[in-house]
Formats: sequence, structure tokens, C-alpha cells
Amino acid sequence: MTALLSVQSLTRRFGGLVAVSDVTLDLHRGEVHAVIGTNGAGKSTLINMLSGEIEASAGQIRLDGQDITRRSQALRARSGVGRSYQRTTIFPEFTVHENCRLAAQAANPRPWAFWQDARSCASSNAAADEALQAAGLAEVARRVAGALSHGAKRQLEVAMCLATRPRVLLLDEPLAGMGAEETDRMLALLQRLKASHAILLVEHDMDAVFRIADRITVMVNGAVIASGDPASIRDNPQVRTAYLGEEH
Amino acid sequence: MSAVLAPMPVETNRMNRIFSTLLPIGCAALLAVAGPMLGAYGTDFVVKVMILSIFALSLQLLVGMTGLVSLGHAAFYGIGAYATVLASGKEGGSIAWLLPLAMASAAGYALVVGALSLRTRGVYFIMVTLAFAQMAFFVFHDTGLGGGSDGIYMYVRPVLGALDMENRLTQFYVVLAALVFTYGLLALIGRSRFGAALAGIRVNEQRMRAAGFPVYGYKLAAFVIAGALAGLAGFLLAARDGVVNPELLSWHNSGDVLLMIILGGLGHLRGAVIGAVVFTVLKEVLSTQAFVGPLADHWQLTLGLAIIAFVALLPKGIIGLAARLSPRAA
Amino acid sequence: MDLGTFLVQCLNAVQYGLLLFLVASGLTLIFGIMGVINLAHGSFYMIGAYLAFSLAPLFGDRFIVMLLAGVVLTALLGYVLEWAFFSYLYQRDHLQQVLMTYGLILVFEELRSILVGNDVHGVPLPAWLGGSFALGDLMSYPWYRIFASLACVVVALGLYYVVNRTRLGMMIRAGASNRDMVRGLGIDIRRLYRIVFAAGVALGALAGMIAAPMSSVYPNMGASVLIICFVVVVIGGIGSITGALVAALLVGFVDTFGKVFFAELSGVGIYVLMAIILIWRPEGLMGRKT
Repeated sequence: MTALLSVQSLTRRFGGLVAVSDVTLDLHRGEVHAVIGTNGAGKSTLINMLSGEIEASAGQIRLDGQDITRRSQALRARSGVGRSYQRTTIFPEFTVHENCRLAAQAANPRPWAFWQDARSCASSNAAADEALQAAGLAEVARRVAGALSHGAKRQLEVAMCLATRPRVLLLDEPLAGMGAEETDRMLALLQRLKASHAILLVEHDMDAVFRIADRITVMVNGAVIASGDPASIRDNPQVRTAYLGEEH
Repeated sequence: MSAVLAPMPVETNRMNRIFSTLLPIGCAALLAVAGPMLGAYGTDFVVKVMILSIFALSLQLLVGMTGLVSLGHAAFYGIGAYATVLASGKEGGSIAWLLPLAMASAAGYALVVGALSLRTRGVYFIMVTLAFAQMAFFVFHDTGLGGGSDGIYMYVRPVLGALDMENRLTQFYVVLAALVFTYGLLALIGRSRFGAALAGIRVNEQRMRAAGFPVYGYKLAAFVIAGALAGLAGFLLAARDGVVNPELLSWHNSGDVLLMIILGGLGHLRGAVIGAVVFTVLKEVLSTQAFVGPLADHWQLTLGLAIIAFVALLPKGIIGLAARLSPRAA
Repeated sequence: MDLGTFLVQCLNAVQYGLLLFLVASGLTLIFGIMGVINLAHGSFYMIGAYLAFSLAPLFGDRFIVMLLAGVVLTALLGYVLEWAFFSYLYQRDHLQQVLMTYGLILVFEELRSILVGNDVHGVPLPAWLGGSFALGDLMSYPWYRIFASLACVVVALGLYYVVNRTRLGMMIRAGASNRDMVRGLGIDIRRLYRIVFAAGVALGALAGMIAAPMSSVYPNMGASVLIICFVVVVIGGIGSITGALVAALLVGFVDTFGKVFFAELSGVGIYVLMAIILIWRPEGLMGRKT
């Protein structure tokens, strides 16, 4: 099966510092590909390059065979690359439903139709309803987003991602700050989403990673030191010393 | 990036929504009826305030709805006014082409300024907009384009068929119509997809980009529309006063209009109108000896202190104060 | 243009640029460290100039002593102003800062009007700083402008030394990049801010004092210098004092030679320069790309 998102020799330099060095990985539909590594390993820079927030110094990114390396973030999003952030980027003062609806609007923006009420837009409402349903937030749709619990906000973060009907999901620490029950709910959500999306998961929670990931890539100091299925990663001696050593 | 400004109210309450739609319509109707009864001074004052309201509303789109704090908005106001006078020449002209010309001139400059300024954020955006307004000020002040620092007079006021802007009552109704148009347009924009996108950009630009919105384009569109509407206000001012001078583009003017929307309440259309009224009245009061005695000569001092006190104590403006005082649940 | 005239204009450009740098450095310092946009910064320049006008008769020949006295007085003013007013602005958003400092400008302008009036004044120079020297066959150049440039250079070097080589400077640089960490290290951030603010005010006022004998003292001088200062900061770049220096000199040259070649539109030149920078490098010449 060809990769949905193919990353080749991706590199990012900041002056003399090489934050990400020659990273190659693939995302396939039906798979959760986790990227793990210690702090400063370059995971944030990597995901920022994939989403388009920062430019790559070298390397290529292909979406379904098409080269998107030079595309802006907004254009990539419209092409099907969705992204969630480590620090929640919801709209706290709007309702949960409006949060998703507004995100969905990007796919069918029609800004010139100024006489029409945005809230009555059929396509964005439908996409929002779907996303909220998938994320399990349908009951709280009418609530103001700022009033949600932390876990629910993180779910909304993912839901907003889904509202744009992406094919690829780039999730930046979706489990950040979550307790056990919330983590279970989020993992169940990711499990449901796996079938129809290619998911990149940057995470620190090792237990969660080993529960959900189909492939794991380990980064240290900006470079990939190992990549494979969870079992082989767990047994990989380099990985154990570099990263898992103290925990396992 | 600038901090999150006062949010647009989530009007979930139905009574609230009916109230905020009917109130402006009611006021407009009241004005329309009261027009002929106001007398010379009254009409003059109301027209002045209505023009300032349009100016303030145009800035509300930019600051209150999109979150872009511009300190150079007076440039578009002044350009609209100057374009009107310059294009009128010796024979005057028809409103039918003078008005669009004024708006287009202002919008044209807004396009250039916006395209460049929007490459910056936060404080730098504020500084750059101020600088570009100052540039326009210098063009009118120093070159022969305008009449220099004295400004220029309009020979003949704009006309449209039987309507002559020289006539005070015509002025009144034309300006009122323009105000209703502007208010209505912005109200429609506010609830449209475009408006929703602007609100999203104001609250969280990063999320909007991640969702796929071409944020720069939206901001530029808002900037140009705001500039065009300021140009409309400028046209009306020129038609009313028959004279323009470079002070229209001064940063004092830009600061004043910014103050108006804070005074009234950021993010609310009626806040712009309320702010225009209150500011005009305040300035009148502070500079009239009948009210403040000897302090009238030092109105800059009292105005400055009033501004500081107001912004410090009532950052949400008069509408914010009213909301806090009313027992109505959110 | 003959060599003499060219040299004179170059010297003028450098002198103007250095003076702008002095004012801009105060602005950049305050904005860089405390994150406050201060529209009233131009007022400090004006206060400095009017101070020079008021103090000149008292100090006579002792010009440098007068400058030092002015620095001390305005630093004191800055210290009090920070405590009484500006410290309340840190938590507020940019819009509120803009409007409150706008109100402050009005207050300063009126106070000046009440205390010293609205007339334009000249500031006399002591004998040892007056006069000119010959430049080429036809031109002469005033000694005072050389003095002004040198004074700015001395202050700039002093600023460089303090910011890069002293403990205070280290705290300032740390505070600029990470406020909370500085607090965590036990440094009294409030006193640090007060000192930095006082320094910023003093820099602006000193520039005004130095400029006063050349440009005379007049009511709107604060406003015009402020806007040009903003242009300098935008061109120079986000958070860079070196950038401010380069930008100030650039602005000095564009403005001076602009006046020579395009008399009518000279005022516009620096804004065109700013526009070019915005097209080519919107983060400024030495700004960090955010």
C-alpha cells in the first residue's frame, strides 16, 4: 500500500543548529504512526514542518504522491492535512458546535455571500455534526467551549481537526494533561479514527503509545534512531539505552 | 500577536437579539422623523455625529471584529474627503460618481497599506499603520496636491438630480441613509461566513490557518472594506463642510476614532455609534466654559485624563458598563 | 553636488541618524523588556528639549553638566512615572496601552503649555561649542553638530557596555527573553522594570536636550520624532538595538539626501524605505523571524 503522506530526508536548520536531520517516514491509511523522543529531539519541529508552519531546509513531503513541500499551511489543510496542537487552540468564547462549524467552513468558505447567515450554512453544519459525533462531543454541542473540562477541550481540539474532513491527522500530544479515564476515551477515539485516516501521533505517554501505535519512530537529537512495529522498538537496544532505558 | 480583545457577544438570548436588531432601526426611524424639527444647530450637530459614527463603524470592523488595531485609520477618512474636493474641481459633480470615487480612492490606499502592514503583527502593525497614515498626511501637507497646510475649499457641493448637498436637510437625509447602509452592511457581514471567519481570526489566528483559511487574504479584505467605509465618511464630511485640510489625516484623528470605539464598547456596532456620540459631547463639554469654567482652555489636559481614567476603569466601554449593571443573566 | 556639500550632507545624515538612534533605543528598551508600546515616548523628547531651554540660563557654559543634570532629572521622572502609571499597563492589551499613552501625550502637551507656553524657543549655545570649521573651499560645518554626534556615540557605547558587560545588563537581557525565569531567580523584576523605564525616559529626554539648540524647541516636536522612531524600530527589527542603530543611520541618510534631491516629497522618503523593508524583510533588517 502506498503511503498517504510520505516524508523524505526532511531537514531543518536554525542557523548552525540542526533541529531535524534527514528524517524519512511514511503515514498509511489505517495506521497510527507514533513519533517519540526525549525533549529537544525535534518532534515539534518535525510536526511543524509537516503541517506547514515552518519551512523545511531540505527534503520532501508528498501527499498522495503530490509534492506539498512548498505549500502553505492553509493550503495543506485544504488538501487534507489536519493538525491538532499541544496547547489547545479552540475558540473558547464560541459554542462547541460553532468551533467545529467554523473550522469546517474553511472547506467551503464562500466569503462573498455576505447576506447569508453563517450559522445556516448546510455544508459546514453537516461536517461539524459529523465531527462532533465522531469525537463523542454531540451532547455538549451547545455549550460554550471555554466551560468544558480539560479532557473535553482536548477532544474538541481533535474534533476541529476532523471538521475539515482531512485524510491525514497530525496530532501533537493530544493526551497532554489528561487523567486515566480521559486518556482511555481519547485512545478509543483514535482507534475509531484509524480506519479512515493516516495518523501521526507525537506523544510522551509511553503506555498510551504502545497501546495505540501500529508503527513507532524514535527520534534523538533531531535524527531517527529506530523505526518499526512496537515490539521491535521495545526490544531495540539503541532505543532502550537512549530513551526507554530508565522506564522499562 | 495582540492579546484577545473584548469578544463579540454570543447572543444566545432571543430577547437580546430582538432588542439589538430593533433598537438601531428604531433610532434611525426616530432620526428620520425628527430631522426637519431639529433646527440649524441641532441638524448640524447630529450630522457631524452621524458622520463620525460611520467613521467609527468602519474602524469597528477592523478592530472590534477582526482584532486588527490600526492607528492610521484617519488616512482613509482624509483621502475620501480630499478625493471628493479635488475631483469636484470648479464645477462640482454628481454624488453618483463622486461618492464611489471617494470610496475607491480610500480603498486603493487601504489596499496598498494593508498589503504591506499585514506582513507585521501586534505592536509593529500598530506602528506601521500609523507611519503610512503619516506618509499620506505629509503628501497633503507638504506638496501642492492639496492646498498645503491650509487645505482646500470645495467650490460646488455634490449633487444628485434634485438633491443638493448644500441644502442642510438633504445633507441630513443623505448622511442618515449612509449611516443606515453602513450599519446594515456591517451587521450582515457580522453574521455572515466572512464575519465568522474574521471573528475566528480575531480569537485564534493559528487555528484558522490550521483549518485552511487564507488568513492574510481575509485580513486584507477587512482592511480594504474598512478603508472604503472610512472614505465614505470622508466624502460626507467634505460634502458637509465644503472644506478639507490635512488635519483630517492626523494621528490625533486616528487616535480619537480608536477612542470612540473603546468608549462605546469594542466589538459592538452600536458601541461605535455610542462612542461617537459620547466623544463628541465630551469634547464639546470639556472645551466650553459654561460647563467647566477656566478648565475649558486646557481641554487637552482634561480630555487626556478622562481618556486615561476611562480606559483604565471601563475597558469594556459603555456597553460593558450597561451589561454589568443590568440584572439580565448572560 | 560638490564634495564640500556632499560631506556636509553626510555629516548631517550621520548626526540626525545618531540622534534618532538615541530616542529609538529608549523606545526599544522599554518595549523590548516590558512589552509596553508607549506613544508618549515622543513627549520625553519634548520634555528634554524644553528642559534644556529652561536650564540653559542656569548652567551657562557648563553644557555637559546641564546634560547630566537633565539626565538625572528625567531618570527620576521616569522612575516615578513607571511606579505611578506605567506599571499598570503591563497586564493590559496593546489597544489599551495605545489609548492610555495617547491620553498621556495630551496631558504632557497641556502641562507644557501651562508651564512654559506654546512659543517656539531657541536654546543658546555656550561659546566653546559654538562656531564652525571649514569644510572644503565653500562650506563650513558647526562644531555643535560634531559634538552632538559624538555625544550620541558615547551614549551608544555606554549603552552597549551596560547591556552586554554588566550584571544589570545581563538581567535586562534575561528579562527580555524570559520574564518568569528572571523572577524565579529572585531578581526583583519590578525594580528592574523601573530602572529600565527610567533609562528609556532619560535616553529620550537626553536626545531632546542635545537636539534643542539645533532644531529649536516647539510644541509638536514630540509627535514628529515619535513616528519616525517607530519607522526606525520597524526597519531595524524586532528586539534589536543594533538593528535600531543601522536603521536610524539609514533613515538619517534617506531623509537628509531626500530633502536635497526631492524637496517637496522629502517627508515621504523614509516611509517609502519602510515600505521596501516590509516587502523584502518584514521582520526588519536584524529582526528574528517569528
